[in-house]
Amino acid sequence: MSKISALTFTDRGIYCPAGDFYIDPWRPVDRALITHGHADHARWGHGHYLATHAALPVMRHRLGEIDAQGIGYGETVQIGGANVSFHPAGHVPGSAQIRVEVAGEIWVASGDYKVENDGLSEPFEPQRCHHFITESTFGLPVFRWQPQARITTELNAWWARCADAGKTAFLGAYALGKAQRLMRMLDPEIGPILTHGAVEGTNAVLRAQGIDLPETQQVTGEMDVKSIKRALVLAPPSALGSTWARKFGPRESAFASGWMQLRGVRRRRAGDRGFVVSDHADWRGLLDAIGQTGAENIYVTHGYTDIFARYLNENGWQAQVVPTEFEGETLDMDAAS
Amino acid sequence: MNRFAALFNAIDQSTKTTVKVAALAAYFRAAPPEDRMWTIALFSGRRPKRVVTTTRLREWAADEAGIPLWLFEESYPIVGDLAETIALVLPPADGSSDKSLSAWIATLRALATVEEDARKAAVLAAWHSLEDTERFVFNKLITGGFRMGVSQKLMTRALAQATEKPEAELAHRLMGNWHPDDTTWEGLIEAEDASADASRPYPFYLAYALEDGPEALGAPSAWRAEWKWDGIRGQVILRDGQHFVWSRGEELMTDRFPELARAADFLPPGTVMDGELLVWQPQADRPDSFNALQKRIGRKTVPKKLLTDAPVVLHAYDLLEWQGSDIRETSFAERRALLEAACADLPGDAPVRLSPQLEFEGWDDLGELRSIARDENAEGVMLKRADSPYRIGRKKGDWWKWKLDPLTIDAVMIYAQAGHGRRANLFTDFTFAVRHGNDLVPFTKAYSGLTDAEFREITKWVRKNTLQRFGPVRQVTPHHVFEIAFEGIQASPRHKSGVALRFPRMSRWRQDKPLDEANTLEDLNDMLRIYG
Repeated sequence: MSKISALTFTDRGIYCPAGDFYIDPWRPVDRALITHGHADHARWGHGHYLATHAALPVMRHRLGEIDAQGIGYGETVQIGGANVSFHPAGHVPGSAQIRVEVAGEIWVASGDYKVENDGLSEPFEPQRCHHFITESTFGLPVFRWQPQARITTELNAWWARCADAGKTAFLGAYALGKAQRLMRMLDPEIGPILTHGAVEGTNAVLRAQGIDLPETQQVTGEMDVKSIKRALVLAPPSALGSTWARKFGPRESAFASGWMQLRGVRRRRAGDRGFVVSDHADWRGLLDAIGQTGAENIYVTHGYTDIFARYLNENGWQAQVVPTEFEGETLDMDAAS
Repeated sequence: MNRFAALFNAIDQSTKTTVKVAALAAYFRAAPPEDRMWTIALFSGRRPKRVVTTTRLREWAADEAGIPLWLFEESYPIVGDLAETIALVLPPADGSSDKSLSAWIATLRALATVEEDARKAAVLAAWHSLEDTERFVFNKLITGGFRMGVSQKLMTRALAQATEKPEAELAHRLMGNWHPDDTTWEGLIEAEDASADASRPYPFYLAYALEDGPEALGAPSAWRAEWKWDGIRGQVILRDGQHFVWSRGEELMTDRFPELARAADFLPPGTVMDGELLVWQPQADRPDSFNALQKRIGRKTVPKKLLTDAPVVLHAYDLLEWQGSDIRETSFAERRALLEAACADLPGDAPVRLSPQLEFEGWDDLGELRSIARDENAEGVMLKRADSPYRIGRKKGDWWKWKLDPLTIDAVMIYAQAGHGRRANLFTDFTFAVRHGNDLVPFTKAYSGLTDAEFREITKWVRKNTLQRFGPVRQVTPHHVFEIAFEGIQASPRHKSGVALRFPRMSRWRQDKPLDEANTLEDLNDMLRIYG
């Protein structure tokens, strides 16, 4: 008699038969548990949503009227035959790994995660489990992040140099999470931080839920941008080359992404600078996180899945690739906003 | 290597030419002369001899990183650069080094004569003492191919800023057969006489493509026309009783074309000619196709039989030096008159011939000549302004190539592979097939012609439509039709389809065309019959 798994993989997403719910489903379902508010995980059209209290405001901001319930980190709820709890994933504010226990079998769906404390998101907390679902966006040994303190120094040195040269510094980053993390890294002594509307919208939501962010000013149509000196503008990557950016006059542009580790990608972006800042775990981070779960069965979703799973299998885990429609931090950053 | 790594970063972190040139100029003012020389060498394609095979480098790097070799090999195509992949997988350095660029190069060169164990020890020691860009640069010194977004032209401009010498003079000084081993900064850059070296070629003047026809060029009478030959551009130098043959890529090809030695029997010393190297049979009225020349290009020495089968002549079209004087500043018409006089008495079997000028009154006449260029085994026509000097590099205005429209065929994409360098992680290298009954017969690869946006779009598609992987190559669902443009077609037993194309590229993504409207093997064979 074969036992039904606590979590299974379906064409709508990760499903729990005992609790009749999905985790981050990509097609409309009745009950969805959401790890975090990025668009490829929190989609529109589900009947009921469950997410952490900290993740809900952004989800409401993006998805509009939804039937949603909040849950605290570490709080356990029973859904059908499953015990469910949410635990920090360190990815963006409010992001969670979802732990599901059915008849003593423990699964953790980690969503997107990183192990370094970024000073903004609730820091990653490893969970012991039997089955661990991991991403592998940067699951190659060539990805190794520098400590955030070092990137902070480089970033501010770049901004200061732009400001001294009379140029506006344009920094491209995701509007949710990355942008706010960067704001906290920036030194406001250098100059004013301006924001694109997409970034400022998220800022307002996060501030309203009590997250402390440095002072920012949204760029508007009426603003006389040329009169603002020494500014840094935070914008989604897609806005960097647009006419919107052109009205600022002399400027330099940079991108903040894990992909900036690769010189080829950096050059192709045709921005001036690339800062290696990712909200995903690097190679070491992935392996450490997996090690700390104690899990023997690893399910590898988006990223370098084949390669990463093969490595895990050669090193004592039972790993398999699970196709998903999650995108992680996409290489094609023009499409990301 | 701190200083050189800092220069590398400054260049790499900007997309602006002025910033790059300023960084280089500052470096040339401040760095020690040996480092300056090696920097010039690296930026002009001269590099230290490879002392370690890339196979060993990969093994050692995987070993040091504590990863299996297969994982290193899987990572390499994603990074797109071997030196960078190694630098990234290695653990952080546990020491530091203040050795200069030239000192590191000396260390590397010393490895040529030691046992492999010692080589390995030296490379590992370097990896342990170098971090980030320095480690990457060190790996680049071993693996070669130092391309970093600065052309030789920009480097020359920076040198001109640093030394306050004219750019043209420096461009000339940097040409030719020098190497940092046997040349000093003083000798190459500062010495009085730039042409002291008998072999030193002049920088080539390169034509721009004429996209919209010649009408905008003004009065036809101000222009001279020639065939645009499909050979190898070459500069033949006769000085001091010696002769030298240079390629456009500044490669000395003297030994590859021994027939040109006889040029000195007919032309005086102090002569430098620009022209096209072509395979031309003694009695023929047109050159052989580029294919025939290809057999000669790859060979450093030429067997006798090949010399008879594929004899090479220079079709001279310009005279740069005459009786020992640099005449590049005189007009094309004057240089051409001197060239014609010099070539007037050449016997039929001389290895140099005058490339004829085309007679035309109006642009329509020239258009008609161009349309029959393929009959002459030419690629189109060249237009040169009669009163123009011989310029340096690619400059718009005085020389134009008006090429024939390419041949085209609609083909199906069947394999895709990611590119290298700035195209890493994008699928840019494709294999195309023509239809044959229910089969698809691969016949060419193509890498260029699409915009970055199109490459990104096709990359997404490839990821979702991969049928099978063969290492870095993906077999994809036959679906997309592309128009492939090419310059020529030849029978080739080495290819499954039986043909080889010259300069194939993607000219259009035919998203309007379904698979069954792609061309067939029969169509391809028809083209071979007509144009082959």
